[in-house]
Amino acid sequence: MPESLNAVIDALPYLLAGSAVTLIVVVGAMCLGLCLGVPLAVGQLYGQPAIRRAIGVYVWFFRGIPLLVLLFLFYFGLCTALDINLSAFTVAIIVLGLISSAYQSQIFRGAILSLPEGQLKAARALGMSDRRAIASIILPQALRLSVPGWSNEYSIILKDSAVAYALGVPEIMARAHFVATRTYQQLPLYLAAGVIFLVLTYLGTKGLRVLEEKVRIPGYSPQGG
Amino acid sequence: MEEWLYISTEVYPALLKGFWVSLALIVPSALFGIAIGIVLGVLRVYGSRPVMAAADGFVALFRGIPLVVQLFVWYFGLPYLKIYLNPFTAAVLGFSLCGGAYHSEYIRGALLSIKRGQMLAAQSLGFSTTRMIVSIVLPQALRRALPGCGNELIYLIKYSSLAYMITCVELTGQGKILASNSFRYTEIFLIIGACYLVMTSAAGVLLGRLEGRLRLPGFEQYRG
Repeated sequence: MPESLNAVIDALPYLLAGSAVTLIVVVGAMCLGLCLGVPLAVGQLYGQPAIRRAIGVYVWFFRGIPLLVLLFLFYFGLCTALDINLSAFTVAIIVLGLISSAYQSQIFRGAILSLPEGQLKAARALGMSDRRAIASIILPQALRLSVPGWSNEYSIILKDSAVAYALGVPEIMARAHFVATRTYQQLPLYLAAGVIFLVLTYLGTKGLRVLEEKVRIPGYSPQGG
Repeated sequence: MEEWLYISTEVYPALLKGFWVSLALIVPSALFGIAIGIVLGVLRVYGSRPVMAAADGFVALFRGIPLVVQLFVWYFGLPYLKIYLNPFTAAVLGFSLCGGAYHSEYIRGALLSIKRGQMLAAQSLGFSTTRMIVSIVLPQALRRALPGCGNELIYLIKYSSLAYMITCVELTGQGKILASNSFRYTEIFLIIGACYLVMTSAAGVLLGRLEGRLRLPGFEQYRG
């Protein structure tokens, strides 16, 4: 037993350095997902029929194919075929971000739909253009409502980021596996990796809870309560 | 012509083989997962305090740790305790336990949403607690949990690709082998992606139909 404990303690700094890689991947993917997800949601709700259909296909595509297959497709397939030289790390962020944008667009879509319709009409009646009304009236409320969904999305991406190990991204899981194959302490090291993920999930959701409180407008609910 | 020969003699048989392995992973994992989810869900709502706490802890653990890590624990970790599982068993075990934890969340929510009057009525008719849960509460709760659990099953189809990482050669694994031999990564993985899209879309349609089939007229808006 002490042997396995030693192995874990020795590997801990190395694993924790991996959690920095994991976090960069997760934050990068979430930001990319946010930047793409908002326009996707707005387009799907307010766009022309052709745009709506295209976004529907995009969402269907990225929600229907496993992450591992998309990672292989982008990293070994598209990057080579199109002669783009991207590191595994970048590809992991891009693929996780694209998948997340499909899921996040549905979170935002739900949040926008939960706002009373009168909001948009009132903004229009005040002479705002559609674009202006969506940007200054609808989105500020919808994004606040999306924070709980976001916290879910964070824990999903965090866990999915472990799959990036398949491309050799040196995140927590990959490092645990390196050390495990060298020291033959598989079980303790994978459990240690699991614990690090649990802690990161806990800290992240806690942080997003704080964000939710921070961005809340006291005494205001969209339903006018 | 050569292209077509390659597809029909190499790609198609390999992917078909992989597809059956994937299916053999998904179906038992789905069934075990739902069974585990129902047991855990019931324990988390009706169990005694320590049982409830234990079930909650189990769910938190299995939902908080990435599935890849869990699979590695089962396949590469257990030999440490002199327990040897083959890749297929380890994958089914991992998918079932992780899926069960997620299913239990939906089932727990659905159980809590059943009106209290239903239970009081069952008790006043002389039902034992077990009998009440099995014949009155669960049939209604499972119908309500179906959309959530169905989503989880679609996730399972996608996550079954992770079995490749513990050397279980299913659809993705076959694709990887083909692609590494022919260097046609883009084409092969597009085909694999299409296979998964077909599977997830078909599952979505079937689950929607099942929901319609199981709907009890008059019970849809029964809330509170």
